[in-house]
Amino acid sequence: MKDLILRFVIGGIVVSAFAALGDVLKPKSFAGLFGAAPSIALATLGLTIAANGKMYAATEARSMIAGALVFFLYAYLCSWLMVRRKLKATPVTISALAIWLVCSISIWFLVLR
Amino acid sequence: MKVSANFSALKKTTWYEYAVRFLLGGSVTVVAGLLAKYYGPVFGGLFLAFPAIFPASATLVDKHEKEKKQRAGIPQTTRGRQVAGVDAAGAALGSLGLATFACIIWKLLPVWNVAGVFIAAVAAWLCVSCALWWVLKKHWRHSPK
Repeated sequence: MKDLILRFVIGGIVVSAFAALGDVLKPKSFAGLFGAAPSIALATLGLTIAANGKMYAATEARSMIAGALVFFLYAYLCSWLMVRRKLKATPVTISALAIWLVCSISIWFLVLR
Repeated sequence: MKVSANFSALKKTTWYEYAVRFLLGGSVTVVAGLLAKYYGPVFGGLFLAFPAIFPASATLVDKHEKEKKQRAGIPQTTRGRQVAGVDAAGAALGSLGLATFACIIWKLLPVWNVAGVFIAAVAAWLCVSCALWWVLKKHWRHSPK
């Protein structure tokens, strides 16, 4: 339980810090880089290494490569739908999370497993 | 197109919006840890690259741009969506930097010291992301600033 609370607090702080950095930077295309900052990884990998060791964390990082490549597809699709199709940000970014989940789990099932 | 920082933008975000980001960030970090615990590091690792707060950030960008235009007397505008879309294009480039970050952690963590690997991985994420943005910025014609 203590580990989960620690993860929650560290994750919240790191993710919020990167988001705030994205808020202050201009132009928005540059600020957007921080929308894909390794915030969850930075918050969690240190704790993972302490609890399970380096090899366990390295294995997680290998899968993270696939997750990041699917993030590319997700963000590109969101950008296209908002800029070209002029769709609203909230429904686009939330519904496209389903695509991230389906693609990531498919890669895990077909390649990584 | 110069990169600059406008710290007054932090005042536009309400305490509620900061709280939502904190809760989302903390929750996704916990969920990623739990998935790794119950389904193993291969499955759990995917969620280290989950677009945790991207929907919240894009919604805020859209909302703030819309409010800016409304204050200027333009009630109907798609400017917010366009700016959020440009922000998402930046995130797409950043995600390639994120993949580089993960690649360095995967390859170097078993053989280097932890602090050195983390510094190298963050530096690689930043360098790759900024370099891609630098190369492609000339192609982003007509994009909102």
